[in-house]
Amino acid sequence: MRVIQFREALREAMSEEMRQDKSIFLMGEEVAAYNGAYKVSQGMLDEFGEERVIDTPIAELGFAGIGVGAAMNGLRPIIEFMTFNFSLVAIDQIINSAAKMNAMSGGQYTVPMVFRGPTGNAGQLAAQHSQNFENWFANTAGLKVVVPSNPYDAKGLLKTSIRDNDPVIFMESELMYGDKGEVPEEEYSLPIGEAKIVKQGKDITLVSFGKMMKVATQASAELDKEGISAEVIDLRSVRPIDYPAIIDSVKKTNRLVVVEEAWPLAAISAEIAYYIQRHAFDYLDAPVYRINSMDVPLAYAPTLIEATLPNVARTIEAAKAALYI
Amino acid sequence: MAKTNSKSTNTTTKKSKTTNSKSSSKAKVASKYNFPKETYQFWYERMLLIRRFEEKCGQLYGRQKIKGFCHLYIGQEACVVGAVTALKKEDKWITAYRDHGHPLALGTSPNAVMAELFAKATGCTKGKGGSMHLFDKEVNFMGGHGIVGAQIPLGAGIAFAEKYNKTDNLCICFMGDGAVRQGAFHEALNMAMTWKLPVIFVIENNGYAMGTSVERTSNVVELYTLGEAYDIPSEPVDAMKVEEVHLSLERAAERARKGDGPTLLEFRTYRYRGHSMSDPAKYRTKEELASYKELDPIEMVKEALLSNKMADEGYFEEIEKKTKKIVSDAVDFAEESPYPDVEEIYKDVYVESYPFLKD
Ligand SMILES: Cc1ncc(C[n+]2csc(CCOP(=O)(O)OP(=O)(O)O)c2C)c(N)n1
Ligand SMILES: [Mg+2]
Repeated sequence: MRVIQFREALREAMSEEMRQDKSIFLMGEEVAAYNGAYKVSQGMLDEFGEERVIDTPIAELGFAGIGVGAAMNGLRPIIEFMTFNFSLVAIDQIINSAAKMNAMSGGQYTVPMVFRGPTGNAGQLAAQHSQNFENWFANTAGLKVVVPSNPYDAKGLLKTSIRDNDPVIFMESELMYGDKGEVPEEEYSLPIGEAKIVKQGKDITLVSFGKMMKVATQASAELDKEGISAEVIDLRSVRPIDYPAIIDSVKKTNRLVVVEEAWPLAAISAEIAYYIQRHAFDYLDAPVYRINSMDVPLAYAPTLIEATLPNVARTIEAAKAALYI
Repeated sequence: MAKTNSKSTNTTTKKSKTTNSKSSSKAKVASKYNFPKETYQFWYERMLLIRRFEEKCGQLYGRQKIKGFCHLYIGQEACVVGAVTALKKEDKWITAYRDHGHPLALGTSPNAVMAELFAKATGCTKGKGGSMHLFDKEVNFMGGHGIVGAQIPLGAGIAFAEKYNKTDNLCICFMGDGAVRQGAFHEALNMAMTWKLPVIFVIENNGYAMGTSVERTSNVVELYTLGEAYDIPSEPVDAMKVEEVHLSLERAAERARKGDGPTLLEFRTYRYRGHSMSDPAKYRTKEELASYKELDPIEMVKEALLSNKMADEGYFEEIEKKTKKIVSDAVDFAEESPYPDVEEIYKDVYVESYPFLKD
């Protein structure tokens, strides 16, 4: 099959949808003339023109709100945040406007739009540029939150997100934009809310999403070498969460480790641990373990980053603890 | 942090009316002002330090000694050194992530700045902040901030505290041209003027926010006029000329200390390098860059020193040598310093001890 980069998969998803539906436009900082801060939208200005691929000033609150207003009035905006760290400037419009409009208006006004951009750490960028808010957005009813881990999923899920009639938060990674993967030329899309079993296993379940899938799959490869068979699940979205997929796996393995880049308190991992103890208590042979970033802001120094982020060693250690070895 | 050399805040001048025209010839410029030799030499030495330090940073980034986002200040040096001479030591400074020039101008040890860029424990934020988040309380440098526009209300708040405590100090709050499009800018300006806060808002207008020229972000491209919406005295300043920087800030400082509140200054400047180390800067022409290099702030001060007979070639050779040595010592210091210990991750997050989640 054809192999393309993550950023190209995203671009194809946007471009294909824009060709089919004139109500879709892309707006954000440096998306047009500069071809995207991370070259996701390269060439899109040339194809779609400046009416549909629109550079904004640095004014996240404003252009996020303009996106919501346009969506209420019949358009289907894609709003790019240069990174999700800057979405905090706009979070009022995401939480108070986009997520609430349908409910507040008694179903009269919907907000079919996508907020997308990179999330999480991306090298030594220090505290304000290395944050994960997947769980923040996932906490809010009215939003969907998609966090793909590879080009194939990214394309299929972004197409669905653009077609979705509710606001979707779509979170990528600077560190993954260059990742390559197989993506068919033919049209396809993927449903939001379905996890993927990336690797079958029987001894323990590793659940993750987004960039941390690399940690989970590497850990599982290491565990394999020691004769421990891990089942690896990619959630692909964290609102909704595919609980049945996790439960089915836990029924088989009886042990669960969740790997997530966000901070631990009130994280997706905490939510999953709650849900599993509530709905699969009798199947658990060990406590649910989780690997999150340490409970601190991410620093600049590599030693401190190493000590803060989830990694393969910590994941293996947790898996072994859950296996009592 | 220790100071490189303690010299030289507060050398002021009697002169004079300023013009904002970019066009006056260099010879005329030199004769128009009446600053003493010490002031010119201070400007020259600090600007050269920033320039050579930053050139070294560019090389070291290429060699992966400096990582993350790194925004060089080359071309904009006059903005900060002119502020040092116009303001007093107790005044507070705050800026965005393009922040190497500010602490160096204020006298933060180049060793501590370079060590920070190397992510070492001896850096001015212990290896925690890196290039975008330099801080140095000792010289009242209240940081390097990474979210565009966020430092603008902070600057107003710092000034609020000075007014609250009835001090004679002010805050100088720097921002880029891109930052004035944020709501935070407008909210902060309105309150600062309403409450007459002793703050000087300085837009370092280098023409571009990343790849976006000022003209592409608004109908209002004379950025200083934004202050007029809030009745803030506002003016454009030719910030390639350090004298103009100094004089405009002297006026603004006088207003702030008198209780008349904020001033908005639009410093017209230029960055010679790309936005950050990964930006090829294809959005501008070679001719545009060359035309600004013609107005190089360091060269202009050099010419003023020469034409006013305040320095001879020997002086420049000596300063060049001295500066190179400061920079190479800083690099050695940074190289030899250790990375922070891993226990540091739990330090400085809270002031008191805190029960972090560790499992
Ligand atoms: C809220 C926010 N949005 C976007 C960014 C990404 N970003 C970093 S610098 C920059 C351009 C800022 O330009 P300007 O204010 O002119 O300052 P300069 O870089 O020219 O000094 C952008 C868009 C950010 N750091 N914060
Ligand atoms: Mg700028």
